[in-house]
Amino acid sequence: MIPIEQKPLLEIRNLTAGVESKPILRGLNLTIYAGETHVVMGQNGSGKSTLSYVLAGKPDYVVMEGEIWFKGKNLLEMSPEARAGEGLFLAFQYPIEIPGLSMGTFLKTAVNEVRAYRGLPSLDARTFLALQREKLAELGLSSDIMGRSVNEGFSGGEKKKNEILQMAMLDPDLAILDETDSGLDLDAIKQVTAGILKMKNSQRAFLIITHYPQIVEYLQPDKVHIMINGRIEYSGGIELAALLEKEGYEYFKLQSYQN
Amino acid sequence: MENNQVLEHYLDTEYKYGFTSDIDTETAPAGLSEDIIRFISQKKEEPDWMLERRLQAYRRWKEMPEPAWAKLRIEKINFDQIIYYAAPKKAKLNSLDELDPEIKATFDKLGISLEEQKMLAGVAVDAVVDSVSVATTYKAKLAELGIIFCPLSEAIREYPELVKKYLGTVVPPHDNFYACLNSAVFSDGSFVYVPKGVRCPIELSTYFRINTMNTGQFERTLIIADEGSYVSYLEGCTAPRRDENQLHAAVVELIALEGAEIKYSTVQNWYPGDKHGRGGIYNFVTKRGICKGAYSKISWTQVETGSAITWKYPSVILKGDHSVGEFYSVAVTNHHQQADTGTKMIHLGAHTRSVIISKGISAGQSHNSYRGLVKFARTAHKARNYSQCDSLLLGPNCGAHTFPYIETNCPTAVAEHEATTSKISDDQLFYLRQRGLDLEKAVAMIVGGYCREVLQHLPMEFAVEARKLLAISLEGSVG
Ligand SMILES: Nc1ncnc2c1ncn2[C@@H]1O[C@H](COP(=O)(O)OP(=O)(O)OP(=O)(O)O)[C@@H](O)[C@H]1O
Ligand SMILES: [Mg+2]
Repeated sequence: MIPIEQKPLLEIRNLTAGVESKPILRGLNLTIYAGETHVVMGQNGSGKSTLSYVLAGKPDYVVMEGEIWFKGKNLLEMSPEARAGEGLFLAFQYPIEIPGLSMGTFLKTAVNEVRAYRGLPSLDARTFLALQREKLAELGLSSDIMGRSVNEGFSGGEKKKNEILQMAMLDPDLAILDETDSGLDLDAIKQVTAGILKMKNSQRAFLIITHYPQIVEYLQPDKVHIMINGRIEYSGGIELAALLEKEGYEYFKLQSYQN
Repeated sequence: MENNQVLEHYLDTEYKYGFTSDIDTETAPAGLSEDIIRFISQKKEEPDWMLERRLQAYRRWKEMPEPAWAKLRIEKINFDQIIYYAAPKKAKLNSLDELDPEIKATFDKLGISLEEQKMLAGVAVDAVVDSVSVATTYKAKLAELGIIFCPLSEAIREYPELVKKYLGTVVPPHDNFYACLNSAVFSDGSFVYVPKGVRCPIELSTYFRINTMNTGQFERTLIIADEGSYVSYLEGCTAPRRDENQLHAAVVELIALEGAEIKYSTVQNWYPGDKHGRGGIYNFVTKRGICKGAYSKISWTQVETGSAITWKYPSVILKGDHSVGEFYSVAVTNHHQQADTGTKMIHLGAHTRSVIISKGISAGQSHNSYRGLVKFARTAHKARNYSQCDSLLLGPNCGAHTFPYIETNCPTAVAEHEATTSKISDDQLFYLRQRGLDLEKAVAMIVGGYCREVLQHLPMEFAVEARKLLAISLEGSVG
């Protein structure tokens, strides 16, 4: 394929960010083009979720230095809801429970809010329900959950599937999945990865945070990154995941130390 | 008492103006006296017995001390400056364009139809309005079933036996200062009688919203459900209501005979005053129902978002064995509003049960208190109560207070009480915003969810409006 002159979908330049005055991300760089799938791996506490929160605009996270451009726009000037409207979706590592708010109301409101942001009309009830039914079935979720409160009393796996359901319904340009594969049973992993693969297209990109080389195998990403201490230290193809599985993080840390 | 002196003074002045003979005036002069009460009664073409009751209440009221408030910051009310009778207001506006744009915007947000907006805003409307003809149709249907639903003033004239038998039996005039005042000067309100075994097929007042308007500041309602009957009654309106009268003191009495059920839902959205706490309605309401017969049930559901000060405790006297009392409440306070609300469940009969679910939401500098009394009489064998009082704080400057009282004289009765106080969570807000909802919608969704247990007891249509109303009341309270 002849590469077409293309602007990145997401460009993170020299990002230093953290909570209060403590930096967690320290000079991070990452560029993602539409259509790509990127995997980020890294030890517990290396800053992966922090990166996802900073991208999504979580209020307690402060950007001390650097820039983030999304679809050519300055992401850091946007509210969290505007980022969602622009097409940035985050599947939370720990999905939040909202007692009393029914999944049905929540999902419908969310879909219509982002559609309104994108200048699209609200989905009529029938179209919405048809879409919802299709996505539920693909994920092996019972439609009963639509009558339940958001994430309340959901099993760990149901919560993760629910994030994928929302992703599918919200039709994002960049989906960040923070350990969506953790805590899933074998069948559920297949359902979730199938859900992701089905959504892959030339417009959309994925940033997938995972601890499992197996996922890399399933998803066949374009890039694999290794995050150490708030920085992406290594980037490569899927072979990087295999190397990591063989050698462990200490090997990479040592390498980066020696550099 | 100081009060009396002032009243006597007014009595004098009124005589001086030769007021008694002047029954053509549309508005009584300010202040209260026996002559004013005669004037009110005469204006309403009441029978003598009603006038006599009013006068007795008035004499009683003069002797009563004004209540002192524990948790409320309140300016002294000058009872001599109040006008106790004013003829129903005529339409003042010629079109909706003349309406305060802020109110108009709220009407639109609530999705209230244009015709109804006109009525609520007091715009002159043509003789035939959709909802009016709908009202007439339903009236005919109710009459067929023998259900009486009319203004109380009409019932006093048309059904004196029923009114005489029940009015003042649940809330006697001497019950409290404001109930007593109401008994003396009440303006108007609804009267409902559902005959034996009849199930009222519609939510009363959904189609009669206009009827509940202009009932004045001393509203009085009486609902009687005869044996085995059922009725659901809606009071109030989600639309913002402004009124020049600062004091509102309503009385509502419900009577459920054997096997009968009354469901009473309220949305209260009187003008709460401005952001700085200026103006606003003082809303002192006495609402009480009696489960007179065995296996009867009374259920109060309320959504309170308005008024500068709200003071109300819809209560149930559980007299019949196996009777059930329920109280579901959402009270929202913002800016400088104060709400002191709760319920009393008085268990007299054996195997009586009561449930209390109260959700208080406070924002701004407001104060929200729950005050509940659960009382088991010696006769309340094996009675049960379950109470749950939750408070949600939006912001650091508001307050929530819970005062549950349990009085028990019956060893076999059981009361369970749970209470929680929580803050709206940043994680929840962020989660919803990540899904595209702006801050205000996110707050509304979370608060709506928080209130679900209460809102689900409202009739469907009302619940939808109530959710929107919650959102509007809390605009700008977080962030
Ligand atoms: N809100 C916060 N307050 C204080 N410390 C924080 C906060 N958020 C993150 N941290 C710290 O920053 C570091 C990185 O956390 P982060 O959650 O980004 O790690 P992670 O790479 O996602 O780890 P895991 O694989 O365990 O999910 C950790 O040491 C964490 O304790
Ligand atoms: Mg993490």
